[in-house]
Amino acid sequence: MEFLYHFGPVFTLSSMAILCAGTIGGLLLGATPGLSPTMAVALLIPFTFHMDPAQGLMLLGAAYTATVAGGAVSAILLKIPGAPANIATALDGYAMARKGEGAKALQLCFIASFIGGVLGVLVLIFLTPVLAQWALSFGPSHLFWIAILGVTIIGSLDSKSVVKGLLAGCVGLWIAMIGYDSIQGVERFIFSEHLEGGVHIIAALIGLFAIPQVIEMLEGGRHKRTFELVSVKPHSVWKSAKITLGFPRALTIGSIVGVIIGLIPGAGGQIAGLVSYDQARRFSPDSEKFGTGHPEGVVAAETANNAMVGPSLVPLLTLSVPGSPTAAVLLGGLLIHGIFPGPNLFEKHGDVAWAFINSLLVGQFLMMIFGLYIAGLAAHVVRIPPAILASGILVLAVFGAYSVQNSQSDVVVMLMLGIGMYFLQQYGFSPAPLVLGVILGPIAESNYVQGRIIAQAGDGMFSYFCLGTMNLVLISLVVLSIVYSVATEIRMRRLDAVGEAAT
Amino acid sequence: MKRFIAGLAGLASVAIAGPSVAEGYPDRPVSVMVAYSPGGATDFQARIVTMMAADEKYLGQPIVIVNKPGAGGKVGWTAFATNGGTDGYELAAYNIPHFIAQSIKFETKYTIDNLEPIANWGADPAVLVVGKDSPFNTVADLVNFAKENPGKVTVSGAGLFVGHHIAYLQMEKATGVKLAYVPHKGGAPALKSVIGGQVMAGVNNLSDAFRSQDSLKILAIADIERNTEFLPDVPTFKEAGFDVDDSSVNFRGLMVRKGTPQDVIDKLAKAVPEMFKDAKVAKQMKSGGSPLKIMNREEVQAMWKRREDYLKDLLKGL
Repeated sequence: MEFLYHFGPVFTLSSMAILCAGTIGGLLLGATPGLSPTMAVALLIPFTFHMDPAQGLMLLGAAYTATVAGGAVSAILLKIPGAPANIATALDGYAMARKGEGAKALQLCFIASFIGGVLGVLVLIFLTPVLAQWALSFGPSHLFWIAILGVTIIGSLDSKSVVKGLLAGCVGLWIAMIGYDSIQGVERFIFSEHLEGGVHIIAALIGLFAIPQVIEMLEGGRHKRTFELVSVKPHSVWKSAKITLGFPRALTIGSIVGVIIGLIPGAGGQIAGLVSYDQARRFSPDSEKFGTGHPEGVVAAETANNAMVGPSLVPLLTLSVPGSPTAAVLLGGLLIHGIFPGPNLFEKHGDVAWAFINSLLVGQFLMMIFGLYIAGLAAHVVRIPPAILASGILVLAVFGAYSVQNSQSDVVVMLMLGIGMYFLQQYGFSPAPLVLGVILGPIAESNYVQGRIIAQAGDGMFSYFCLGTMNLVLISLVVLSIVYSVATEIRMRRLDAVGEAAT
Repeated sequence: MKRFIAGLAGLASVAIAGPSVAEGYPDRPVSVMVAYSPGGATDFQARIVTMMAADEKYLGQPIVIVNKPGAGGKVGWTAFATNGGTDGYELAAYNIPHFIAQSIKFETKYTIDNLEPIANWGADPAVLVVGKDSPFNTVADLVNFAKENPGKVTVSGAGLFVGHHIAYLQMEKATGVKLAYVPHKGGAPALKSVIGGQVMAGVNNLSDAFRSQDSLKILAIADIERNTEFLPDVPTFKEAGFDVDDSSVNFRGLMVRKGTPQDVIDKLAKAVPEMFKDAKVAKQMKSGGSPLKIMNREEVQAMWKRREDYLKDLLKGL
């Protein structure tokens, strides 16, 4: 309960001002496509140079919390996930916004984010000593199986058929291979100088989601409306809170998945939302409603997405090992103030460390308050005429792709992938499984390569990859997931056949 | 569309070529390209050492950091060596031995011949680490074990042809034993695999290993002399009896493209080392656990040449 004693410095006027500024700034940065939480935190570090260490870290903590949640705004309103973590949010959130329920979707998303976020920070506060060592015990073989587990959900994700989902996933895996391979440094598929740096995940994300969107809007011309104007229904916050709490299953699944995936260094916290969305759908009685604007989908994705924030800092604070790219950037922010994370962090710099953790907690409240306020205003975005909205999205897409690493190649790649995706969409493919392939490919590949080197130096491939409790648990999860997908597909086919026979 | 992209690109890349006049130089902000992502050690240090640039004593203009990460630095350096401005408004950060080793191993568009060093700000030596409960307590323990079990000792490091890998290759050469190198995507994951027990040993940065000392044992440092400031008790490889010198030390500094007017280079070469020596810079670097090593242009030129000769020899036949 030590953290309670350290709330004092958080509730001073200047600290609150910094926290509010960090939260509002974070929400706006997060909502901008291309500005991921990692980048937002990195951009803010220079501002903390001249601040007092505790306040500098409060700014970073609040901004981190808010950017993760802010990414949902563009995912819901424009179907452009602000960061890879928000892909799952876009699936049902955008469908809701198109029905005029944008305000409701955003409110649900911020309330779910808050619940997940607070749980995640509580795990960080209370369970860090227990979990830190466990988190580090995940080696290449385990991460490889986790990535494969992710691959098994590709087929069932937002696609008309499992086969199309898997095909899209394969294209994604191939796209991820372009460029220099990150372990051996070998060139692969570099047929244009624009591809020398590979395909950046953010550029791919923006291109695949936003560009087909833009083309479809422009197809309608200036007068014809392919997108009918919807009236935006205002929605009461209390009702949203009730709806969110009415999905205890989604909230539980989201929190558990978010915490576990957040803890594992290198698993790519970005897949937490997708895994949780997929699990929530499998356990839900309304599983067929997912993807058509079902609130439970938004709740499951956003709970997991923010539950990941606290646990992702567990290995950083006690063992000085950053478990995620954002944690690595935060480590830089800590070091610049002379604070070395490690087992004695809380004895040596207790005041600063607790101020930082408390700011994550207070940041969750501020994120929800400001988020709910923004939700009311932002939902009107759908009322902008398609032609104007399309050009606005295009500007954001180009800006977002360029700003990731100041590279015009990323803009070219983003546009090319987007145009390709537009044609694929005509044949019933969807961008979500493709992007999942781009995310999982490198995780599976690099861990396989590392694991193989270690296995060959040790006891051989089979015992390294397939024996041991963790490996066996993960392998059985993979098998279960595949069996479930196949069973669902067979059942659906039968239903279809019955339906056809009847007509 | 095209015009829009061009405009955007123009806005971001602070400077575009114009006639150079050394007297007025610099009359607008100067950019420094960092070939690694924001938040990494190179980016983090580059931001600290350039923060005083706007002071009238030094450049009188602020320095802006532009990150161009990808492929272990290849993307940024290729762009710099082919499209970078030569008017002194576009600088880049270098990492030795990375970019020299890459220019030897791959057909890169950058070599030490088409780049001009300005000054060096930092040096981070590589260290050999093992987990806290590892049976190895000295380099000799590890080497003896490896002699009995050739190819069984796994050693992690940040990628191929970076400082860690060079130190590893030197170690193999000096001891004559066969080890297994496990490349990672960066220093932090490589260190994680040592602490988590996935590999038996690792080569990593002194500054990062220093911070994780509670969960590690640091066996030796790949440098000419001990690091009295951070790790006074850790022997050098030479002291431990193995012929590994300072060729893997990770040097960081600033450079410009060849073709930049000589008077501009001279002006930078004079002002930049002074800027690195600023007391505020020293204080921030020390609190970040990053060793400062300031070298002027002539010293860096000599160091680049020495490194290239040595690395050509070491990497031959790999």
